[in-house]
Amino acid sequence: MRQHTLLRVCTRMLVPLILIFALYVQFHGDYGPGGGFQAGVIFAAGIVLYALVFGVEAARRAVPATWLRILSAGGVLLFAGTGVVSMLAGHNFLDYDALAGDPVAGQHIGIILVEFGVGMTVTGVILSFFYVFAGRGRRD
Amino acid sequence: MIIEVLNTLLLSMLVVTALGIARMRSLFPVAMMTGLFSLLSASLFVLLDAVDVALTEAAVGAGIITVLFLGTFALTSAKEKTVLPRRALLGLGVVCVTGAILVYASLDMPHFGASDTPVHNHPMRERFVETSQAEVGIPNMVTAVLASYRGYDTLGEVCVIFTAGLGVVMLLGARKKAAR
Repeated sequence: MRQHTLLRVCTRMLVPLILIFALYVQFHGDYGPGGGFQAGVIFAAGIVLYALVFGVEAARRAVPATWLRILSAGGVLLFAGTGVVSMLAGHNFLDYDALAGDPVAGQHIGIILVEFGVGMTVTGVILSFFYVFAGRGRRD
Repeated sequence: MIIEVLNTLLLSMLVVTALGIARMRSLFPVAMMTGLFSLLSASLFVLLDAVDVALTEAAVGAGIITVLFLGTFALTSAKEKTVLPRRALLGLGVVCVTGAILVYASLDMPHFGASDTPVHNHPMRERFVETSQAEVGIPNMVTAVLASYRGYDTLGEVCVIFTAGLGVVMLLGARKKAAR
């Protein structure tokens, strides 16, 4: 795949757009369609496209597998941690009203944090799948 | 009118794609065709105003799953095993019976776009559609329900995804390390 100039040039232009679109879907999920899961999958798809054209090793250098493990676990921690913080503030687990003085502002903060956690975990897990599948069977 | 034409076109293309997949023996084109199938389904979801689902279907079904299929073929075989004609007939029978049951079950579903369905009459509808604007204040009520009202379930889902990831990495990722 490395000789195809057209593919390389197009991928170089497309990948940043896909990643930015993923971030848009992530942080605009409160107002438009989308949310953490969709954003995570789109982000992972962008990296997968990069890996398909420039090789899995190049993608591993850009996004190391260790980061993905931290990302996957960090997402779950962020989600559950938001719940614990609202509990410490005297509300129920995952009751975001506790996160700010104004309940609606608290809900906004809570949803953004929680959706970001979902996105982190989904990106991490799906890219780990891809790395594991792509890295198997090769003796390097 | 245009919506009906588009729906019919997309649905018939889905059927053609499915028949094409069933006829193929080489699995590389099958992976491509399942990607196409997902893309067509995503377009149908857009027509049904389920844009969140369409985004997921397009990214997961057409993107990630196709690549995972290709990765699997690289590890196993990209050729379907030949099936004995007798077993093929048995398979056709099972598929036909399952399909008939599904069609029968769909007869009980409310008519498309009907207003007297539980979705519209359930007491929780008002809470999620109207009160959520004051309580959560987020225009996308899907996000409000998923992340806030139903946050507990979503946390569970994230844990499921995380556990699945752990399982795959432990099962498939371990041997590579041992070989190094």
